[in-house]
Amino acid sequence: MATIGQRVGALVAVAALAGCGQPAQGDAPVVFAASSLSTVLPHLDDTARFSFDGSTGLLDQLRSGARADVFVSADHDTMLAAAEEGLLDGEPVMVATNRLVLVVPADNPASVTGFDGSLADTRLVVCAPEVPCGSGARRLAEAAGVRLDPVSEELKVTDVLGKVASGEADAGIVYATDAALASDAVTAMEIPGAAADPNTYWAGVVAQAPHPEGAEAFVAALAGPWQADLRAAGFGPPR
Amino acid sequence: MTGAGLPRWAWLPFALAMALLVIPLAGLLARAPWARLGELLASDRSRDALLLSLATCAASTVICLILGVPTALVLARARGQWVAAARTLLTVPMVLPPVVAGLALLTTLGRRGLLGQPLAVLGVEIGFTTAAVVVAQTFVALPFLVVSLEGALRTAGTDMERAAARLGASPSYVLARVTVPLVAPAILSGTALSFARALGEFGATLTFAGSLQGVTRTLPLEIYLLRESDTDLALALAIVLLGVSALVVAAAARLGRTHG
Repeated sequence: MATIGQRVGALVAVAALAGCGQPAQGDAPVVFAASSLSTVLPHLDDTARFSFDGSTGLLDQLRSGARADVFVSADHDTMLAAAEEGLLDGEPVMVATNRLVLVVPADNPASVTGFDGSLADTRLVVCAPEVPCGSGARRLAEAAGVRLDPVSEELKVTDVLGKVASGEADAGIVYATDAALASDAVTAMEIPGAAADPNTYWAGVVAQAPHPEGAEAFVAALAGPWQADLRAAGFGPPR
Repeated sequence: MTGAGLPRWAWLPFALAMALLVIPLAGLLARAPWARLGELLASDRSRDALLLSLATCAASTVICLILGVPTALVLARARGQWVAAARTLLTVPMVLPPVVAGLALLTTLGRRGLLGQPLAVLGVEIGFTTAAVVVAQTFVALPFLVVSLEGALRTAGTDMERAAARLGASPSYVLARVTVPLVAPAILSGTALSFARALGEFGATLTFAGSLQGVTRTLPLEIYLLRESDTDLALALAIVLLGVSALVVAAAARLGRTHG
């Protein structure tokens, strides 16, 4: 199934070849995207070049003048900062949401029953409060009246997932897409209120993008035809 | 210009190397929030990270010394094909990517690991404890001590050791009274190197020990975490880390010279 991005890329490549004998690099965009998209995006577009990192890390790189065409952040604040600092061309669009879930190792050694009192006295691992997944987890815990007493506050959500998947921790709080990636090693449980308070994913074209047309097409595809694929990877619809 | 054997062209690569290594450090110093340094470092989380780092590094350096000095001696003095193999194995953690070191420790000492599982049955669980930090630091720092000391042991002292042995001294007595004093500078610089390496340990700690303030979140982990939310505090802690490392390495070089 050819995607819009691929079609545009192919068209531009053909035009370039026919027109002025440029190498068939085409208008394939350079995409700076949040790490949680690193599995799904390369499947959707095999011509684009990707750089995956934490959203704020990518913002830092854009600030330092990194040459990128598309920026996809895993939270609104980072995209807002990019827009306010004039790093974007046009308005960013919301392309997906991602809710937090509770994960336990497949054999659930601590017999966790859900986001409730059964988490007490388990080896619970969460993100640090400075990281979006950590602040979100604390918000949900407060709303549900559950006390979180983690043995570790990790720097990245993948570190939380790794510790649960390896059985080192009894439970962890990660995003639904992380849980979907490790579905053979972990069991996911819904957290009350999580679906109503998701992380939002935003995509925008970077100012002075070297490949503006490819960038526009990529963002349009994310907001349109690729939505089903994002859903299959565990992302929620934009709100 | 000093030294007859110094070709003039060597100054150019020297200058480039110094620029490559020193300019980034200068950049860090230039960006540091000097005016607020005291206030930033007085915060709870700074103090916790610094004290935890110093305490765990002290512990892992002591373990490195206890294990490393005899190990270097064996490598330097023992004969046989296996010595070269052992030396290679001991050096590997030195060049291993930190995350790989962490995974290796996790799959060995983790709750479901080779040794971790039987230990867990006995009620000993290392993961998420300060002990895990010390294990991770020792794993990456020990080779530095062994390698630097072994070199010194191989070049120094065999004649005097033989003489002492002929006079009737036991091997342990020779070690304590002849060998160790001879290689004291190498022991000191090796100790400093392993302390500095332990201080900078990041990947293995993150993968294996976790990250909790005052328990497992050492200076490098705290710096990484704060880098996004509180750049000033991250830079302040980076200055402290830089300062301690520079102090340790400089002190070792000085001590090494005076003993030599």
